[in-house]
Amino acid sequence: MRRLTPYLLALPSWMWLAIFLVVPMVAMASVSLQTGNAIDGFAMTFSFSNYTEAIGRYSTQLARSLLYGALATVAMLVIGYPVAYFIAFKAGARKSMYLFLLLLPFFVSFVLRTISWNFLLADNGILFGTLKGWGLLPADFHVLATTVAVVGGLTYNFLPFMILPIYVALERVDPRVVEAAQDLYATRAAAFRRVVLPLSLPGVFAGVLMTFVPATADPINAAILGGTSNTMIGNIIQTAYLTNLDYPTASALSFTLMAVLLVGIFIYARALGTENVLEAAAR
Amino acid sequence: MNPLMRGMTQPRTRRDVFRLAGFSAAGLALAACGVQGQKAAPPKADAVADYWAKQKKNGKVVFANWPEYMPEDKGPLEKFKKDTGIAYEYKEVIQENAEFFGKADPVLRAGQSLGYDIVVMTNGIQLQHMIELGYAVPLDHSKLPNFDANAGQKYKERSYDPGNKYTVPYTSGVTGIAYNTKYVKDEITSIESLFDPKYKGRVGMMADAQEIANFGMIALGIDPEKSTEADWNKAGEKLKAQRDAGIVRKYYDQSYIDAVSKGDVWLTMAWSGDVFQRQLAGEPVKFVVPAEGGTIWTDNMLIPKGAANPVDALMLMDYLYQPAVAAELDEYIQYVTPVPAVQDLLREKAKTAKGEDKKALEDMVDSPLMFPSEADYAKLRNYTQLTTQQEQVFNPIFQSITQA
Repeated sequence: MRRLTPYLLALPSWMWLAIFLVVPMVAMASVSLQTGNAIDGFAMTFSFSNYTEAIGRYSTQLARSLLYGALATVAMLVIGYPVAYFIAFKAGARKSMYLFLLLLPFFVSFVLRTISWNFLLADNGILFGTLKGWGLLPADFHVLATTVAVVGGLTYNFLPFMILPIYVALERVDPRVVEAAQDLYATRAAAFRRVVLPLSLPGVFAGVLMTFVPATADPINAAILGGTSNTMIGNIIQTAYLTNLDYPTASALSFTLMAVLLVGIFIYARALGTENVLEAAAR
Repeated sequence: MNPLMRGMTQPRTRRDVFRLAGFSAAGLALAACGVQGQKAAPPKADAVADYWAKQKKNGKVVFANWPEYMPEDKGPLEKFKKDTGIAYEYKEVIQENAEFFGKADPVLRAGQSLGYDIVVMTNGIQLQHMIELGYAVPLDHSKLPNFDANAGQKYKERSYDPGNKYTVPYTSGVTGIAYNTKYVKDEITSIESLFDPKYKGRVGMMADAQEIANFGMIALGIDPEKSTEADWNKAGEKLKAQRDAGIVRKYYDQSYIDAVSKGDVWLTMAWSGDVFQRQLAGEPVKFVVPAEGGTIWTDNMLIPKGAANPVDALMLMDYLYQPAVAAELDEYIQYVTPVPAVQDLLREKAKTAKGEDKKALEDMVDSPLMFPSEADYAKLRNYTQLTTQQEQVFNPIFQSITQA
């Protein structure tokens, strides 16, 4: 009995994984190989051409999503790391207030937050209308319906998911090791580069994972802030699923996206190096 | 290291191989169960009677509708409650036909109830699917006396539901062009304005495949209702050229109306009633039906399969066909009512009204977009009726433009 105990204790989580991950994935894999239509039904024909056709037709949107996801992730890293650093080391007693402020926008729904950018950035709205009024911007200047708006929206919406894990990693850095580095004649820059930064990498890894994946798959920002050539793969999947009731194409695209992301993450994990990184990410 | 990464990086043991095999076996087992189709046979007359004979009045009804489609005080529904004692729940949950159908389909397919007794859907592919799949309860016309007496003849002979077997119209509207008069100084009359390089980056088009297809075809002088695959391709080319020239700013859903009132776009495809509501709010937007023609669509009430209160739902549907109730509704939403008697009622009301109200009511009575004449109707085209096979050709042509 005792030998079984750990397995029994793990049972709920395995059940959870089985019911909410394995079963839907297998069902989706099955649908992705079927042919037919929603009215007459779909039948399993092991049609692997669903994949080649879907990828062929939507390769632009797929590549674009990866690009936007990557751009937004880099932007988030550039903005997020200093913020996390500041909160962890410089905020002092106000730490929890800053963390709360960081999460405050999340009390509003994702879609509403995104739509409000539509008002803020309207061509003749509060911001640009005023600047145009002062003659600081040309009359036809606009940000909405451009790539900048979509990548900006992604950056804005997922930023806290970048900051929080980095903050957690930095928070754990013992100030004494920095002191020790300085005792050993490291300059402040060198101490950061050779001590603090490596110790925070697990947080960076987790942050990148938690932002790149959802940002790449997100349909909301492109739909609300994008223009005529900003469609992302999430929009295509949504249309295939909800409008066209083309479940096989939607499933095939979802799987393709998942595979591409997994491979990307794997390469990234390898490039960043160590098992420690993965352990930290799992923590 | 987490198990996933380990699985990908470490050599497999025999046990792992067995585990993988078990996984594939499960896959094959599930592969056998596809998504079932369920094209419905047309109901037999006595089956309809049987169904209705078994139902009884429950004293409540749940009405699922689109936003801004009912006066804010819910007047017509309150009156219904007072007259019949039936309590109502009114939910503004339908934003788009495709999305609504996409969400409803799995539920109805599984034989479950949506939780709504009346839903409102536009005549189009999704409504057609609702009917084809047997998701709409056939209506008992013996319980629709007001509809029979008061609905306009046009609304009893609609090609997508002949004889109103499954649906009765809620309201109709026109798709035309809206423009912001602050930015567009010329009078817009032609559909060609939407394709005019003068408005580069300032034109809004609709993302819906049928809506945009209609306008592409009308611009080419093709009647969408009689169009063929060759016509769709020609329209696709025209719309693609429009996009590639940078004329279109964005393909919009319902949000187009905000974009045009704020001036993000200067002119856009638009639905008539939306624009009138904005005009009342004092915004500088104007609506026109292009000289080449616009489209007319109808939103329809139907009772979804598995509805808990079909008798109450039918009573409410019929209630909305009382001219006084229809007039109250139309005065607020300002679309085309299926009850022609409303025009006279509003005219009467205008006589006793004063000041701004009087003016507004008079405008409504004379508006060809609320009460189109025969000549107006002649300018308005109907949607393309598509079979499921045609839809699989039609959608990609236009989606490759709106979702490039």
